[in-house]
Amino acid sequence: MAAPLTLVLILSVTIRAVLFRSSLAELISERVEVVSPLNAWKRVVEGLALLDLGVSPYSGDVFHETPLVIYLFHFVVDYAEIVFMIVDGITAVALYLAVQNYNKNVFRKQKYALEADRYPHDCLELMRSPKEMHYIPLKVAMFYLLNPFTILSCVAKSTCGLNNAVMALFILSTLKGSALLSAIFLALATYQSIYPLTLFAPGLLFLLQRLYIPVNPCRSRFWFFTVQYSVMFIGSLLVIVCLSFFLLGSWDFIPSVYGFILSVPDLTPNIGLFWYFFAEMFEHFRFFFICVFQINVFFYTIPLSVKLKEHPVFLIFMQIAIISIFKSYPTVGDIALYMAFLPVWSHLYRFLRNIFLVSCVLLACTALFPVLWHLWIYAGSANSNFYYAITLLFNVGQILLVSDYFYAYLRREHHLSQGLYLRRKDGSEATLVLK
Amino acid sequence: MGLLSDPNRRKAITSLLTRLNTPICVVCYLAGIAWFMGLAFEPFTLRTYMSENAMGSTMVEERFPSGERALATAREFAAHKKKVGGMPVDWLVKTMRAQGLEVFTQSFSRNLPFPDESKERFVVRGTNVYGILRAPRAPRTEALVLSAPCSPGNSNNQAVGLLLGLAQYFRSQIYWAKDIIFLVNEHDLIGVQAWLEGYHHTNITGMGYTPLQGRAGSIQAALSLELNSDVVTSLDLVLEGLNGQLPNLDLANLFHAFCQKLGILCTIQGKLQRSDWDTVEGYTHSAQTMLLMVLKQASGRPWGEHGLFLRYHIEAASIRGVNSFRQYKTDATSIGRLFEGMVRKLNNLLERLHQSYFFYLMPSLTRFVSIGYYMPAFGLLTTILLLRALDLWVHLGTPTPVTEDGVGEGESPSSPGLLSVLTPVVISHLTGVALYTLPVLSQEMAVEHFPVSETEAVVLTAIAIYTAGLALPHNTHRLISGEGTEQGWRVLKLVALLYLAVLLGCTALINFSLGFILAVTLVPAAACVTPHVPKALSAVAMVLLSPGCTILYCVFLFQELQEVPVSLAEGWMLFLSVISQGILDHALYGSLVYPLLALLVYPCWLLFWNILFWK
Repeated sequence: MAAPLTLVLILSVTIRAVLFRSSLAELISERVEVVSPLNAWKRVVEGLALLDLGVSPYSGDVFHETPLVIYLFHFVVDYAEIVFMIVDGITAVALYLAVQNYNKNVFRKQKYALEADRYPHDCLELMRSPKEMHYIPLKVAMFYLLNPFTILSCVAKSTCGLNNAVMALFILSTLKGSALLSAIFLALATYQSIYPLTLFAPGLLFLLQRLYIPVNPCRSRFWFFTVQYSVMFIGSLLVIVCLSFFLLGSWDFIPSVYGFILSVPDLTPNIGLFWYFFAEMFEHFRFFFICVFQINVFFYTIPLSVKLKEHPVFLIFMQIAIISIFKSYPTVGDIALYMAFLPVWSHLYRFLRNIFLVSCVLLACTALFPVLWHLWIYAGSANSNFYYAITLLFNVGQILLVSDYFYAYLRREHHLSQGLYLRRKDGSEATLVLK
Repeated sequence: MGLLSDPNRRKAITSLLTRLNTPICVVCYLAGIAWFMGLAFEPFTLRTYMSENAMGSTMVEERFPSGERALATAREFAAHKKKVGGMPVDWLVKTMRAQGLEVFTQSFSRNLPFPDESKERFVVRGTNVYGILRAPRAPRTEALVLSAPCSPGNSNNQAVGLLLGLAQYFRSQIYWAKDIIFLVNEHDLIGVQAWLEGYHHTNITGMGYTPLQGRAGSIQAALSLELNSDVVTSLDLVLEGLNGQLPNLDLANLFHAFCQKLGILCTIQGKLQRSDWDTVEGYTHSAQTMLLMVLKQASGRPWGEHGLFLRYHIEAASIRGVNSFRQYKTDATSIGRLFEGMVRKLNNLLERLHQSYFFYLMPSLTRFVSIGYYMPAFGLLTTILLLRALDLWVHLGTPTPVTEDGVGEGESPSSPGLLSVLTPVVISHLTGVALYTLPVLSQEMAVEHFPVSETEAVVLTAIAIYTAGLALPHNTHRLISGEGTEQGWRVLKLVALLYLAVLLGCTALINFSLGFILAVTLVPAAACVTPHVPKALSAVAMVLLSPGCTILYCVFLFQELQEVPVSLAEGWMLFLSVISQGILDHALYGSLVYPLLALLVYPCWLLFWNILFWK
């Protein structure tokens, strides 16, 4: 399996290298869909220039990346293109290994369950075969590397690629069962953009499951491990933040990065839901609605964790998708990360209800973004409402996609416990209705 | 959300849509066409009204007195033009300077990719002369442009004369709040392009020009004047700009309002307004006017000098004097007054024109159809593509007749390889790339080997590649991917249908007319084609509905609507010149129609062609 992966890596690096050299690179790096004020390369360069001048990079309200990123690029700024390509490669390989590991586990569990005869007999066609699962890791890597969204993001040198890599490494280390590394990468991801904080729950759930510790508040082992994982997480977060402080010599970055993410002062249009809403809003409602909008990202963790506590990996997928939909400055790079997981759930395909509609919507919206942007900004004949309408539709499409997968996953689990052909009490065929 | 989550209702809707697919599609198509034709019917349109406050309520008096003097200047200009044998730059500079303007010149040069036979030019060198009247009452941050082309031969002298006359008169007034730029450009659109690029410090078309020495503020609006005779019977308003962009409707309203006020006959598309909308002739007349506008917009060319201003977010229109055999004539003084009034109202603007519509069609000067009314016509046509796609999707998803919301299907037969779908897509697009690049690149070779001129070589190469594309893809995909399966063409058709829907949708948003015209011909072909229809007959139908033939029909229709019908041979020659003009427009001004057709629409059509010959 290493050979096809290498091939995919080479192919993706070639595409990126060609695009980096073409005149498109500059155009792509200006697109609002691809770069946000948080991760635009232009701003990183500005921050570097300020740093070189001995000024705090956060003075002047241009640079909003974290100190570690700017110190990273302080050393490798000349090789930025290569760094971004390598980072994408790391993400893909990490996802590849993680999914491989996950599939192995799934298959083992399924085997045990089959041997214990725990599935109803008509569910055999829901069983997953090693043949179909064999290519899934490769497909995941392909979905990430060859996804146009990832390619655009990489060519624009959006630092979103770095965040994705950290998240992928978090997923890999969690799935490999290394609590310490998992906590460290989670801390790094949180440090980068706050929102991955919600991945704490699935990470913890997965590690608990792996150690066969039941999620039960009455048991001391549960609390012991939870505290252990939290301490590791908070400890590494503290270390990283303090390291940033010592590197920079000031706490400037806290308001400039986290304040910027949470209070959304920059209303440049993007593919998210925030900009239009807050541009139109009266100033004295702003705080309230900021809270409402930001709570969206964090709130779903609780019900989803309760519902999916047996399936932490699917929970990770859901959380990443929710983050990329509801975060304050989303870009297409964020979407690429959760889309890479779609092949993992290919066995849910038969239970998906709206996949045709949703993929049409996402496809059309992707094509319409640049068109409506052109009409609004360059031709001046359309206005922001047109662009926001598409943003809204795009996000509705994403939400439908994610909830469709959620439904399909639960439905499959339901069938696995209840049998595939449901009967009503009177013996007629029953269908499941979600209302 | 009931529809999205309730399996029973979904099943009912899906089965209804698949069962009645063909009738619904036919109804949609007919309804789309009928809706579109209905747009020209007066009760369905809206009356135009002035939305901009700054131009509506303010009173403006027109006092321009010196029409005769302007005509004398025009004669003087003509004499100098004849003497120099081109643009009399020195004379213009001297005259403008004498009127108290700040005068600057800009020289430019442009090599055309191939000779333009209709205007007989290949290497274009010229000079633009412009004078700036500085606003006495404002901080000079905004400007208006009045332009007139210095055309070869004896045409357009009166326009330059009137421009100079207006400059002299405007100079003596004190109410200007915006700088006014008087631009006399050489080589019509190329000169305007050079001037605009110089003014905005951009270079998007590879033009060589000297930088502008004098500048005014940001340009708010521009009017372009074309006048060939001392008196005119009517003035024609030209709105269609580059890539089908239109100026704000308020500019048309402004023109119409002043024509009414001064009693000047005004037309759009060269058609007068009729009052008898309830008769057949009245309807036909407004339908003709609207169709002319649609055809002109779809061509994506700038139909006057104003067309290039629009790209820079400058609202602009061309006003063309028409001298026909009508009794009632308007003299230069009145035309001057019309311009004075329009410029004064534009001078009163507090912000750019933005209140009124940007997306509209005009069946007459006082009536318009806004985007909300004409989009459904296009929407109905696109619905067909989506319905067909849905139909295919359902067929692909359920090879066995059991549809039980995901439950109870057997293993679906192995899906067709990615290769068998990807190969035609890639090959079609490569053909498209060839169609886009080769004609201009290979002209030298073609001229060496065949007895044709460069222009003919370009056009004929394009047609040759276009025709060759018909043979190429369906032969090659079989070689690479072996036998195609029944599933294979379904998947390919699904991809092609969605591709076409998105493509047409995006096109229609930017340029409704182009999107609609393409949809009218491409949608039936796309909807009907399968490998199981009689080959020869449907191949002929497909070719007749291909994008290239659409252009041919448009040429004939345009001539018919303009009331200068042409014979087949003349039509063919016109068709050839339209193609060469399209390629030139792309190279010179960045018109997008040629790349759109060559790189996207034609390959998409080839995909359907491929399906027809699927084996």
